[in-house]
Amino acid sequence: MNPFQNIRRRPGSFIESTFNQLAAAMEHATYAERSGGDSGLLQRLDPRVKLVGLLLLIFAAAASQRISVTLSIFGLGAVLAWVSGGAVASAIARLWGGIFVFTTILAAPALFTTPGTPLCQAPWTQWPITDHGLRSAINLVARTETTASLAALMVFTTPWTHLLKALRTVRVPAVLIVILGMTHRYIFVLLQIACDFFESRRARQVGPLPSWQRRRIAAASAGALLNKSVQLSSEVYEAMQARGFRGKVRTLDEFRMKSLDWCSLALLILLSTAAFWLGRI
Amino acid sequence: MTPNPLFELSGVTYRYPESTALDGITLSISQGERVAILGANGSGKSTLLRILGGLCFPEQGQVQFAGRALTEAQFADDRFAWEFRRRVGIIFQNPDVQLFNATVFDEVAFGPLQLNWTKPEIIERVDAALNEMEIFHLKHRAPHRLSGGEKKRVALASVLVLDPDVLLMDEPTAALDPKSQGHMIDFLFDCIGKKTVITTTHSLEIVEEIADRCVVLEAGHLAGSGSVAGVLNDFALLQRTHLIHAHRHRHSSGVVHSHPHVHREHRHDG
Repeated sequence: MNPFQNIRRRPGSFIESTFNQLAAAMEHATYAERSGGDSGLLQRLDPRVKLVGLLLLIFAAAASQRISVTLSIFGLGAVLAWVSGGAVASAIARLWGGIFVFTTILAAPALFTTPGTPLCQAPWTQWPITDHGLRSAINLVARTETTASLAALMVFTTPWTHLLKALRTVRVPAVLIVILGMTHRYIFVLLQIACDFFESRRARQVGPLPSWQRRRIAAASAGALLNKSVQLSSEVYEAMQARGFRGKVRTLDEFRMKSLDWCSLALLILLSTAAFWLGRI
Repeated sequence: MTPNPLFELSGVTYRYPESTALDGITLSISQGERVAILGANGSGKSTLLRILGGLCFPEQGQVQFAGRALTEAQFADDRFAWEFRRRVGIIFQNPDVQLFNATVFDEVAFGPLQLNWTKPEIIERVDAALNEMEIFHLKHRAPHRLSGGEKKRVALASVLVLDPDVLLMDEPTAALDPKSQGHMIDFLFDCIGKKTVITTTHSLEIVEEIADRCVVLEAGHLAGSGSVAGVLNDFALLQRTHLIHAHRHRHSSGVVHSHPHVHREHRHDG
């Protein structure tokens, strides 16, 4: 159970808003872990299959020159999200709006600056929108939506620890994987300490503080947290040494491929190869 | 002179920049012994444990393990270091320090991986250690989602997987609820005759359960040592080393008395 899920969000002082943001960060991470442990189709697959398969689809979508192919991959991603459980599908659907707005702003100049046959004029400015410009903008938005959705699908259907281990399949160095794993592990410890700092400060605070004092508290808390993290890192290193660590990073995975994994891998490779080939014509 | 000594310390001194943690400690611990290192906060218990665990080295004096000196130069030899780490396991007071991996499985497998064991052997030993600590169901959980008692058990499993001869435990029952404390004490009971167990604590109520001999530290000095009963009945020593304290008791008559107090709890097995 996430101890922070019942925290009431309310606008308030700097300390309260910082505390709420820290709590929200923990909630978000916990949610991603929870959805990764659900029993949907993608959650049942070997993480290595998901990583390789979804990376191939992302590559095919990024390389695609045809909107129909990009949209087909997007549709496949939506179907995969749907069969992976309602929570995953709704989390990914929430991403679409933000990505659409952000990418549309980036893609808008291409409507007018790409040479081609004018189709119509933009309201107010009367700038001509060309056919090639429109296609480029739609393609950019579609590719971004598709690749972001597939990446989010990977994150929401795979526990972070499995995802890290699966990265070994694509030759990510073991030392990087261990550093990422430890970072993820200790972010929670430090977040908890930071939450405790702000909560204890809030418990002793009477009335609102002037802004200079709020800034002073924030700076002091950041400094104290840094001190704690330095102390923690040396203690962790001692604990590693105590169990035989001699500077060489070693990892172990215990994934086992089942028939469902092999079939899914073959299907994903087939689909991404077809999409890559069709998208280039 | 202790028969069959495993650890031998002579004149061990260790200083931090701002204080002296240990000053001229001479001590001998034999194989299979269960020793409790007692002392108030800041008396040097944890530093002594780190020295016994080869995590820091004295400025003066000597430490020997099974007849071999524990020095930085000795630990530069991989074979010696791995052999020592396999034979001597350390349980830290704060399990968050010890649980640095992403999952419980990775945590327990960390030690065997460093010792280059084969994959099937690692998986088999990890599963056995998890079963021994009754935490197999936590195998794929992230450490930050465990309770304090569960974290302590994972920390213990991560050390037991190497089947060490010696366990060094820093405040093993600190911050544990009574149930988890009970598990820990039962575990230490089971170690009798099998492992050398050196424990630091300032909780006198558990000493009888976890040790055969006590060593009392006071501000980095050896203030006393002896059998558990002998040390626990030496009120002058315990009071001088701040292990017991004078405080007031309100009796049912309403009269308030002030006297030294040793709080002890006895477990009754059903």
